[in-house]
Amino acid sequence: MDGLDGQTNPFLDLDQGEAIQAYYIWIDGSGQALRGKTKTILKKTMDPKDLPIWNFDGSSTNQSLGENSDIYIKPVACFKDPFRRGDNILVMCETLDHEGNVHPTNKRNSCFANMEKCKDLHPWFGIEQEYTMFDYTGVHPYGWPANGYPGPQGPYYCGVGSDKVKGRKIVEAHYRACLYAGIKIAGSNAEVMPSQWEYQVGPCEGIEMGDHLWVSRWILQRIAEEFNVVISFDPKPIPGDWNGAGCHTNISTQPMREDGGYPEIIKAIELMGEKHVEHIISYDPSGGEDNKRRLTGLHETASIDKFSYGVAHRGASVRIPRQVEADGKGYFEDRRPSSNSDPYVVTNRIIRTICLGE
Amino acid sequence: MSNFMDLDQNGKAQAYYIWIDGSGQNIRGKTKTLDHPVTSPDELPEWNFDGSSTNQSTGENSDVYIKPVSIFKDPFRRGDNILVMCECYAPDGSPLPTNRRNACNKIMEKHKDQKPWFGIEQEYTLFDDTGKHPLGWPKNGFPGPQGPYYCGVGANRVKGRKIVEAHYRACLYAGVKIAGSNAEVMPSQWEYQVGPCEGIEMGDHLWVSRYILARVAEEFDVVVSFDPKPIPGDWNGAGCHTNISTLEMRKVGGMEHIIKAIEKMGKKHDEHIAEYDPTNGADNARRLTGLHETASIHQFSYGVANRGASIRIPRQCEKDGYGYFEDRRPASNCDPYAVTARIVASICE
Repeated sequence: MDGLDGQTNPFLDLDQGEAIQAYYIWIDGSGQALRGKTKTILKKTMDPKDLPIWNFDGSSTNQSLGENSDIYIKPVACFKDPFRRGDNILVMCETLDHEGNVHPTNKRNSCFANMEKCKDLHPWFGIEQEYTMFDYTGVHPYGWPANGYPGPQGPYYCGVGSDKVKGRKIVEAHYRACLYAGIKIAGSNAEVMPSQWEYQVGPCEGIEMGDHLWVSRWILQRIAEEFNVVISFDPKPIPGDWNGAGCHTNISTQPMREDGGYPEIIKAIELMGEKHVEHIISYDPSGGEDNKRRLTGLHETASIDKFSYGVAHRGASVRIPRQVEADGKGYFEDRRPSSNSDPYVVTNRIIRTICLGE
Repeated sequence: MSNFMDLDQNGKAQAYYIWIDGSGQNIRGKTKTLDHPVTSPDELPEWNFDGSSTNQSTGENSDVYIKPVSIFKDPFRRGDNILVMCECYAPDGSPLPTNRRNACNKIMEKHKDQKPWFGIEQEYTLFDDTGKHPLGWPKNGFPGPQGPYYCGVGANRVKGRKIVEAHYRACLYAGVKIAGSNAEVMPSQWEYQVGPCEGIEMGDHLWVSRYILARVAEEFDVVVSFDPKPIPGDWNGAGCHTNISTLEMRKVGGMEHIIKAIEKMGKKHDEHIAEYDPTNGADNARRLTGLHETASIHQFSYGVANRGASIRIPRQCEKDGYGYFEDRRPASNCDPYAVTARIVASICE
């Protein structure tokens, strides 16, 4: 910890004149960690097209070699900055290499291209982002006893009380900050494992899903800094009889949402069933290795080896909500993506399977 | 800040006179009441201080004169109060040896039609209130190796962001041309950029930004170090990478002027190194090892997008065929007046 938590910052109400601060955010070479830096912009804007393409030292982020180190960051989406307020902004970026080509770690570009191809189907997504809070070391879960474990899972899910939930302040701050920023945060709840939480982002159409989810992750980690807490997006942070963390992804297309759309849902799920292995590879940053620790068939997961689906079935790979079955239309939930998955990769993989026949 | 800071000042203003002391790297300052607010340094009186307390004179003839040269809004006292950058002079009117601004201003005036622009990337390290232990580092040991900290987010990746945020906002308010900031490769190390500034402006803005930083950190019981190699071993040093361009370099086809300038600077490597820290190169010898994204102090090199060279030409400038270049040699505790003067001397004379 830096010992500055709890101290107020008396400088943040100083007038900035016309200039604004734009915080450029990008995904680094790990495919899961976020980096960012600030640029003064002389005239306020919320349009990424008004902002300059910038660059950074890719050799410090596993994104290039030392002799050839400039990586470009191109603004793609702007959000209001809940930390600096005023006209200051957060700017989601995609990475380009030194020749202006899509960087190998840039998964947004192809997602966007494919979303454009199927935009007449209006694919909507909602992602349930789970995560775990750790203390400032990043090694010990936040609020867990110093030398031992909390009582077994059971009382924590959606709980209330100091012995049931840890870190609610961060959850509250995050939710409000996301609403302010313009992130489509739809809900939140305490999760099954103590110090584990979930929030949902959506419904987002097309490329929006990835943009909103990544920036929501940045906001969460940044808020936690203020409280000396580290956020982990690891999908199985504590081995043993403790829940893992996922990014359950809810999907629908326009035909599915219309009356009589239920057969479209089944058709889509069957298509996904045929590509189980391809999806698993896309559902965490390590080609499935992270998810192996989580998708065991226990703790409300399906086994990583087998594809299954069912109505209201939380032990299946894909779940159709009971209400959707009753209405005969709606959406379905893919429970396989891990909490540290890349939503650009996940949503891209899904529409390639169900809309583009790839 | 206490409740007293919103008290009315009865039409008077406070001017905080800032100067560089005998070390060539430390900042000193003191306050003077003005009978009314001012808008230009010319309206401010010359003042003086006891130079024997700052290694700038001896006891027998200790008065050192401080002459206001540029003003900024005071982000601590707010209102009409100001920060005043000053130059130091001896009683006989000659500039003190550590007054590098005097000569810098002359050379900038001489070549002002070339419109030299600068941008400096100021790196620094945050320490706890003892000034000896890096902020947020474990008590008896070291953080994990460098890798995840650069531009990072998270309580285990960055330390002291509050200070960075306060500093940025304070500089914007004050009128310092702060252009950006980022967390650096070593934990508790940060960087901010000031520019583009033309001529003498670069030194004024950078020195005042350093004062603001050290002063902001006071509020948080944190010490800022501008030492260029604060932690020996496999930990990055801190620099003041200096970006430069002249009018010709910024025009289409300017690349040939860039290359010509770099070649001229290459012939004066030792002279530049002598000006790039306050100790004739001794500080930089600890930092410019050829490792940790530095070039060796002994050899001059340059290249496109090469962070291991003395001078780096940004990839974008190579593509465009014009722009600017980056001298990566100056140390974080360099005097920007000395650095910018040395550069202009090499490329314009």
